[in-house]
Amino acid sequence: MSAAVKTEQEIESGRQRLRLWVTSGPGLVWIMLFLLLPSAVLLGIAFFSADDYGSPVLPLSVQPFQQVAGYSLLGWDPGNIIIVLRSLEQAGIATLVSALLSYPLVFFILSRPASIRPLLLLFIVLPSWTNQVVRTYAWMELLGPAAPVSWVAHILHAVPPDLGLAPGRFAVTTGLAYNYLPYMIVPLYASAEKLDWTLVEAGRDLYAAGLRLFWHTVFPQTLPGLLSGIIFVAIPAFGDYVVPQLLGGDKALMIGSLIANQFTETPDWPYGAALTIIMLVFTGLGLVGFRVLTRKLGGAEEATI
Amino acid sequence: MMSATSAQADSGPAISAKRGAISIRGITRIFAGSVAAVDHVDLEINAGEFFTLLGPSGCGKTTLLRMIAGFETPDKGRILISGKEMQDVPAHKRAVNTVFQSYALFPHLNVQDNIGFGLRMRGMKPADRKKRVDSIMELLQIGQFATRSAAQLSGGQRQRVALARALVNEPDVVLLDEPLSALDAKLRAELQIELLRMQKRLGMTFIFVTHDQHEALVMSDRIGVMSRGKLEQVGPVLDVYEKPRNVFVAEFLGLSNIWPITPTGEHSARAPIGEISITAPLSGDGMAMIRPEKIWIYNDSAAPKDRPNLFFGTVREAIYMGASTQYRIELAGGQSVLAIDTNNQAAERSWRPGEPVAVELKPENIMLVSP
Repeated sequence: MSAAVKTEQEIESGRQRLRLWVTSGPGLVWIMLFLLLPSAVLLGIAFFSADDYGSPVLPLSVQPFQQVAGYSLLGWDPGNIIIVLRSLEQAGIATLVSALLSYPLVFFILSRPASIRPLLLLFIVLPSWTNQVVRTYAWMELLGPAAPVSWVAHILHAVPPDLGLAPGRFAVTTGLAYNYLPYMIVPLYASAEKLDWTLVEAGRDLYAAGLRLFWHTVFPQTLPGLLSGIIFVAIPAFGDYVVPQLLGGDKALMIGSLIANQFTETPDWPYGAALTIIMLVFTGLGLVGFRVLTRKLGGAEEATI
Repeated sequence: MMSATSAQADSGPAISAKRGAISIRGITRIFAGSVAAVDHVDLEINAGEFFTLLGPSGCGKTTLLRMIAGFETPDKGRILISGKEMQDVPAHKRAVNTVFQSYALFPHLNVQDNIGFGLRMRGMKPADRKKRVDSIMELLQIGQFATRSAAQLSGGQRQRVALARALVNEPDVVLLDEPLSALDAKLRAELQIELLRMQKRLGMTFIFVTHDQHEALVMSDRIGVMSRGKLEQVGPVLDVYEKPRNVFVAEFLGLSNIWPITPTGEHSARAPIGEISITAPLSGDGMAMIRPEKIWIYNDSAAPKDRPNLFFGTVREAIYMGASTQYRIELAGGQSVLAIDTNNQAAERSWRPGEPVAVELKPENIMLVSP
C-alpha cells in the first residue's frame, strides 16, 4: 500500500519535472544556442591571433586585449579609451535628456482622462515599431545642412556654414535620446501611475512647493521607474550602432561602430571579439552596481504601503 | 494681532483675529458633474478649541477640512484663519498642519527627518531643528524610534509620528482627518486621550474629522454635525447629544426613540404610543425624541402609577452590553420602546424577555426635533 503510494508520488514528481522541462526547455535551448554559445565562441576568438584578412588563426594570443587597452606596434594610443568615454558620455547625456523629457510627458498623460491614456502611450511607443534605420535617416534630414534648425545653429555660430548639425555629436545624442525615449517613458509611467498623491499633499502641508515639492515627494516615489528607465536607455544607447553610424560621422564614433568595423571595413575578428567581451563585462558590472543601488533605494520604496 | 482691519466690506459677525480662530463664510464646493460636496457652510471655530466635524462618509466633512488646509479651492465663500483671508494663500503658506488618515509619512525619510521636514522647508537651522524635533519626540514618547523608517513602526507609532510632524511646526490650527480610524479599539481609546491632552497642553485649535459619534463625544469641546454638504447642528457636545435639532442629528449621535406627534394641548400630544405630556411648549405637528437611557423601567407592580407618561408593556429583547443592558419593550398598544438601564444593581434591576414591566418617559426628557 505504502509502496504503491510512494510510486504514485514518484510518478507525480516525475511528471512535474517533465512538465518543467517541456515548458522551459525551448527557451533554455534558445538562450544556449543563440546567446551563450555565440558569446563563448566570441570569448574563444578573442584569444586568437589575426591573419592578414583579420580572421582568427593560431597561435593563441592576448594581443587582442592589449589592442583594446590601446597598445599596438606603434605604441600606446588613447583612441579606444576616448571612444569608450565618448560612448559613456553620449549615452549618459541621451539618458539624462530622455529622463528630463519623460517626467513632464508622463505627468501630462496622467493628467488626461483615464480612457485616453492608453492611446497617448501608444502614440509614444508607435514610432519604435518602425525600423530604426529609417527613423535615423529622417533625423539626418531633420538636422542636415538644409534643415531650418541648422540655419539657426549657423546664426548662433554653433556650426560652421555649409555644415549641418548632422553629422556630429549633437545629432548622435539627439538620435539616441529620441530612439530610446519610449523605454524611459514606459517604466516611469508605471511608477508614476501608482504615485501616492497624499504624500504630495503632505509635502505642501509642510511648506514645500515647486521644485522642492517635486524633489521631496514625487521624485523618491518615481525612483524605481526612473532607475529601470535608465537601464533600458543607457545600456542599449551605450552600445548603439545605427545612430552613431548614420548621424555621427568620424568625430562621434562610439564603441558599437568600433566593434562593427572589426567585422566589416577593416576586419580583425579577435580584436572585435575582445572589444565585445570588454563591453559585455562593463555592461554586466554596471548592471550589478545598479542593482545594488536599486536595492538600497528600494528599501525605502517598500515602506509606501 | 494689531487692531482689526477697519475697512472690511463684508457684513456678518465680527471676525475673530485671534491666533487659531477660523471663520468659514458661505463656503461651497461643487465637484464636476455632481451635487455640492459642501453647500453654503457658515462656521465659526474658536481659538484653542477642540472642534469635531461629525458625519457619515460622503457628507462633505473631509472636503471642508481640505479647503481649510488649502488642498481644495472653494467655489464660493471665504475662509479666514487667525483673521487672515485665505483665498489667495496656497497650502504651503498656511499656518495649518494636517494629520492625514493614511498618516502620509515620507517612506524615504526616517522618523526624525519626517518630523523635521516642515521646519527644514521653512529654513530652520539644523541645530535649532534638532532641538525642536527632540522635544516633540519626547513629549509624544517616540524618541526611541528616531532613526527608524516609517515602515518599521506599528500603526499607533506611525500615528504619533504623524501628530508630531504636525505639532512641531507650532501651527495656528491642526487638522486631523479621521486619524484614528485604522487603529484597534484599545489603542484608539489611548490615543484619543493622548490627543486631547496634547491639545489642552499646547492650546492649539484642533479640527477633528470623524464618522464615529462616540469618538466625537469623548474628545470635542464642540461638534458640527454634517449631512449632505450641510451643517445640521453646531454646538457643545452635551447640547448636540441631549437636544438634537432634527431627526438626523438625533439618530446619528446615538440610539433614540422618535415618534411623530400631534398636539392636544400646550403640553400634551398624541403619539403612536399614546397620549404623552411634554414639558416643552407645543405649537404644531412635529417629532418627539427621547434617548433610551432617559427611560425609567419598573417592575409593573412597583410602578409609580400617579406619574404622567407611564406605559405598561412586556420585555421582548434584552441585550447585555456590559455596563448596561438595552431593552426592547413592547407596549400594550403594540408599539416598541427602546430603553437602556445601567447594570449597577443587577439583581433588582434586570429584566428578562417576557417579563411585564412599566416604563416612564419623564416629560422634561422628551425633546422636540424637526423632521
